[in-house]
Amino acid sequence: MSSHAPAVEGAQHTDPSTHNAGTTKLFLTVWVWLLILTGVEVFLAYLRLPPMIMLTILVGLSLIKSVLIVAYFMHLRFEKIGLFLTLIPATVFCICVMMIMFFPDSVRLMDMRPH
Amino acid sequence: MWLFIVSDTLTFTALLVSYAYVRLANPDWPRPFEIWPAIAKSSAMTLILLSSSLTMVLGVAAANRGDRKATLRYLMWTMFFGAAFVVIHATEWYTLIVVEKVTPWSNPWGAPLFGASFFGITGLHMTHVTIGVVYLAVIAWGFGKDKFSAIDVEVSGLYWHFVDLVWMFVFPMLYLMSVDLTKH
Repeated sequence: MSSHAPAVEGAQHTDPSTHNAGTTKLFLTVWVWLLILTGVEVFLAYLRLPPMIMLTILVGLSLIKSVLIVAYFMHLRFEKIGLFLTLIPATVFCICVMMIMFFPDSVRLMDMRPH
Repeated sequence: MWLFIVSDTLTFTALLVSYAYVRLANPDWPRPFEIWPAIAKSSAMTLILLSSSLTMVLGVAAANRGDRKATLRYLMWTMFFGAAFVVIHATEWYTLIVVEKVTPWSNPWGAPLFGASFFGITGLHMTHVTIGVVYLAVIAWGFGKDKFSAIDVEVSGLYWHFVDLVWMFVFPMLYLMSVDLTKH
């Protein structure tokens, strides 16, 4: 993330003046991209893809949308790198552990189903 | 607030991963959502929630500029969008429960877990939105009275964007994975 952003360098987290990063044009652009990605998701929903592939694509697009929201709307893009490193790696690690624990069993059970 | 958001992220992740598990493991998972009303309504709800995030981030920017009037105006719009989301969602629930006779343990279409998954996840999210509207109302009142600062507005914005973020997963996973393909 952008700890090198001039607007935040050396600033305290509690100082409101450090949180002016981002312009109305930037926020509108992010909003439009979020709408476009949502439109793509709705379009994809009507393609007859296997559920596993569909779920993977939809969650992938949702991850892109969530990155846009966290980075720009929640301002993490403009915060110090320390905040990013405190929050994101641990969260991603926990989510990965959940995925590792749950999904192999899910796929295995589907394979065990009587055909 | 960030730490709360991380913990809430893991709560919703556990629910959504569990949902993905039962969704993929059940070949007879219901696909009841037609374009109208379910997909049209849920798409509108997504547009509303994304718009509320836009007004919220503009409100935070206005608060940081010290523009009290603009901040309150944007917060009011955000609350309006949030309330609209809850009202539309409530009509969705009404249709499912009263008209379609869906309960957490049964439905007319297939895997009984559909109702529990749908009501559990969307219910928890709707609770978050409702609490968010009340939270923003308190912040708007306090900011208008000079009791709360721009930081308080920004922190409430973090919560609101998180609620929006969760819906970005709930909408495709619960609605779009259950669209009715028989008429297309």
